[in-house]
Amino acid sequence: MPDHLVLEAEGLSKSFQAGSRRVTALDAVSLAIRAGVVTGLIGPDGAGKTTFMRLAAGLLVPEAGKITVLGLDATKESLAVQAALGYMPQRFGLYEDLTVQENLDLYADLQGVNAAARPERYAELMHMTGLAPFSRRLAGRLSGGMKQKLGLACTLVRAPRLLLLDEPTVGVDPVSRRELWAIIDRLVKSEGMSVLLSTAYLDEAERCAEVVLLHEGRVLDQGPPDAMSARMAGRTWAVTAPGIRNRDLQAALDGQPGVVDALVQGEHVRLVSAASDLPDSVSAYPGIVVREAAPRFEDGFIDLLRQRQEGPRHMASMQGQAEGTATDGIVIQVQGLRRRFGDFWAVDGVDFQIRRGEIFGLLGANGAGKTTTFRMLCGLLPPSAGQLQVAGLDLRHAASAARARIGYMSQKFSLYGNLSVAQNLDFFARAYGLSGRTRQDRLDWAASEFELGPYADQLSAELPLGYKQRLAMACALMHRPEIIFLDEPTSGVDPLARREFWQRINGLARQGVTVLVTTHFMEEAEYCDRLAIMAAGRILALAEPAAIKALARTPANPEPSMEDAFIQLVEVSDLARAAA
Amino acid sequence: MTGERGGPDVRLRGGAGMRLRGLVRKEFLQIVRDPSSIAIAFLMPIFLLVLFGYGVSLDADHVPIALVAEAPSSDSADFTASLQGSHSFAPRTLATMAEAEQALRVGEVKGIIRLRADFSRQMRQSDGAPIQVIVDGVDANTARLVLGYAEGAWGSWLAGQTAQRGQTLSTPVAMESRIWFNSELRSRNYLVPGLVAIIMTLIGALLTALVMAREWERGTMEALMVTPASMTEVLLGKLVAYFILGTGGMLLTVGLSVWLFEVPLRGSFWVLWTCSSLFLLAALGMGLTISTLARSQFVAGQIAIIATFLPAFLLSGFIFDIGSMPAVVQAITHVIVARYFVAIVQTLFLAGDVWSVILPNALALAVMAAIFLTITWRKSRKRLE
Repeated sequence: MPDHLVLEAEGLSKSFQAGSRRVTALDAVSLAIRAGVVTGLIGPDGAGKTTFMRLAAGLLVPEAGKITVLGLDATKESLAVQAALGYMPQRFGLYEDLTVQENLDLYADLQGVNAAARPERYAELMHMTGLAPFSRRLAGRLSGGMKQKLGLACTLVRAPRLLLLDEPTVGVDPVSRRELWAIIDRLVKSEGMSVLLSTAYLDEAERCAEVVLLHEGRVLDQGPPDAMSARMAGRTWAVTAPGIRNRDLQAALDGQPGVVDALVQGEHVRLVSAASDLPDSVSAYPGIVVREAAPRFEDGFIDLLRQRQEGPRHMASMQGQAEGTATDGIVIQVQGLRRRFGDFWAVDGVDFQIRRGEIFGLLGANGAGKTTTFRMLCGLLPPSAGQLQVAGLDLRHAASAARARIGYMSQKFSLYGNLSVAQNLDFFARAYGLSGRTRQDRLDWAASEFELGPYADQLSAELPLGYKQRLAMACALMHRPEIIFLDEPTSGVDPLARREFWQRINGLARQGVTVLVTTHFMEEAEYCDRLAIMAAGRILALAEPAAIKALARTPANPEPSMEDAFIQLVEVSDLARAAA
Repeated sequence: MTGERGGPDVRLRGGAGMRLRGLVRKEFLQIVRDPSSIAIAFLMPIFLLVLFGYGVSLDADHVPIALVAEAPSSDSADFTASLQGSHSFAPRTLATMAEAEQALRVGEVKGIIRLRADFSRQMRQSDGAPIQVIVDGVDANTARLVLGYAEGAWGSWLAGQTAQRGQTLSTPVAMESRIWFNSELRSRNYLVPGLVAIIMTLIGALLTALVMAREWERGTMEALMVTPASMTEVLLGKLVAYFILGTGGMLLTVGLSVWLFEVPLRGSFWVLWTCSSLFLLAALGMGLTISTLARSQFVAGQIAIIATFLPAFLLSGFIFDIGSMPAVVQAITHVIVARYFVAIVQTLFLAGDVWSVILPNALALAVMAAIFLTITWRKSRKRLE
């Protein structure tokens, strides 16, 4: 292995048994990772990121191929490799019933850090992570962001030459995410550390010096992220058509010949074309206004995925969903909503109104109060205080009547893993009281609309993630609800499945179904008509995405991202709370 | 070789001692902070001790029985008085058999002793007076005790009667019984020492299997594996911590047995200590073996209860005598580790250092401990599959 490399994989393959299916996690993966930089291992859930990390840490044995880490065979000399590298697994590896200091002490003992060297190292780590004031707090009582920083500090008690971080930013709020990246950058610069970091967030690619794009166990592309976006130069556009809603414009353009990707992005539709000139189908659109946009990493990824896709794209139409009562008006009314758990206010005074056919987003980190708000809206959790009206019904008195008119899809998809796809659909249809002809119609609709037909007899636990998501959505829509609640529906699914999902959501909204969605993907927030940003149980801002982004506009940053806006809102509210 | 490539500070590193100390300290901090560990390690033993020390008794004491004297006479009154004087019975005098049968049916009494109308007359004839004893056979154990006690009560009353008349009762064979080891026949005396085995099974097997599964569930095992600590050290950390905890459970049980429940400890404490340690190692071995099979707390708990706790309770001779089990079940008890320990504990407490009992059983414990610890050690690799 040449000196400038810290990790080299050659023809690495690994598969696992999942029920009756053999899942290939890695399929002849070859890649090399340079010393002294951050390399991003990027891909959706199930791409093989964690398997790769575990192979590199010597925790798994490959079926074929070889992986060399710091000059050592990770499989045969796993103890020596483990002694040399730092590894933070997805759940940080913290002992929740130990304090911050006790966790650090444990890992210092395990890493054999001398008592004499400890005070200095601890001080450095505490300074770096900002955990000093919490050293006596139990790790289980830390926020998600602080746990992640403590996990990192434990991995760093003895500075390793190579640091492996497995999805360190999942479910962490944008502020902590930004801080984590600052820490990683500092480690690379000042300690010369090499870092391999896996993530499902494509926007993190641009922070890496080098990127390995993993999809379904194979390497799609490898190189500096700029190179990937540079390939897309001249093919990315921002389009609007005055008088036409962006959602309708997007629906009209997506899937047209020559269009690789079309996405609603706040005030315009972002378009990626197959060639460097605008396709006729777009320029012919009446009244369209086009300007060029800067290419992003994600554009390159989508382009690669589309090239691999076989056959024509399925365009989800979601026909026949809405009931005939297309009156505009307020369908969800929330006033002074509060919910207490013990002496902790999970939701602390929330007000909003949602109109019929609107896509309304709740954006916030884990613990912001999104899921609690959701459960109260679905009538699953009684509020401690406040008014709640859903579909014109007061949830305090008519929770079950209201529930018949709403659909709910939870983060974990709430499917019966040991029932087949068809059995799941049938169960939910019956649970919603559908019978006879109506039930058969809806089952047929679900099978064709979500392309679940070929999977009918497969156990739902064994479905790929994207199909689980489709099935869960089909189950939630079985009874033609007027309102649908989606709790982090897209976590972990690949970008194509995510686009297809939003296509369906848009289709629903166009037919008058009201959609309430929570997400921690900043870019997804842009697909919503209106957006509420939540932190610590309160709404910090409620407006259209463009207006929210405008809040963070400064001369230095004329085009702030949603993440910039989010971080600024959180910081302002923290300052206000500190002052109070 | 690894030193050069693994980083410049490798030579300055602390060794296995530092790692082990860190792991053991971590275990104790977790035990102290985790309510479920405390419940299993401290509250369960106390609960079991109180239950078996005060609540459960296999002796028949003050068994309610009905006494029907169809024609009260001085003889029947005398017999009744002698029954009332015994610890075994709480007799109720009823006038008719119908009443007594009703009381037996609803469970108010466990048996009926009937003295016929001609009791006094027959008593003085050569072929003697028959007494009818009817017992509720639902609880076979108590039924046999009632029968035995009734016979005994009858025998001693008759002897008393004969003595009063200045004669001696002449029977061709007389039994002179003497009870060894547990002369007061207190069931507590052999139940409470047996609890040491139950409590150490709880701590060694159930708790250890649970805490190992918890490390898998919470993802901490993965983080531990990617440290210089070897799997043997990780296992040893658990072994040391739970060995100390289990020894604490043993001392607590023995202390309460001797001082609170006044069970005699006739054998040597140090022999008890040594044998307990052997048993504890076997129990820990079982717990750790389970944890190599089950990586969720739910499954680990289920396996530990079914494979270790229930057999220790039912098949070890702790409550039910192995000698009176069917041959097949008796054969099965040979693979129950607790069986060997219960034999040792009951012997040490009630009989003393009987080496012919202790040595073979201790050897069996040592073999079992070696088997389970070897399985654990060979099964545990630093791999996630």
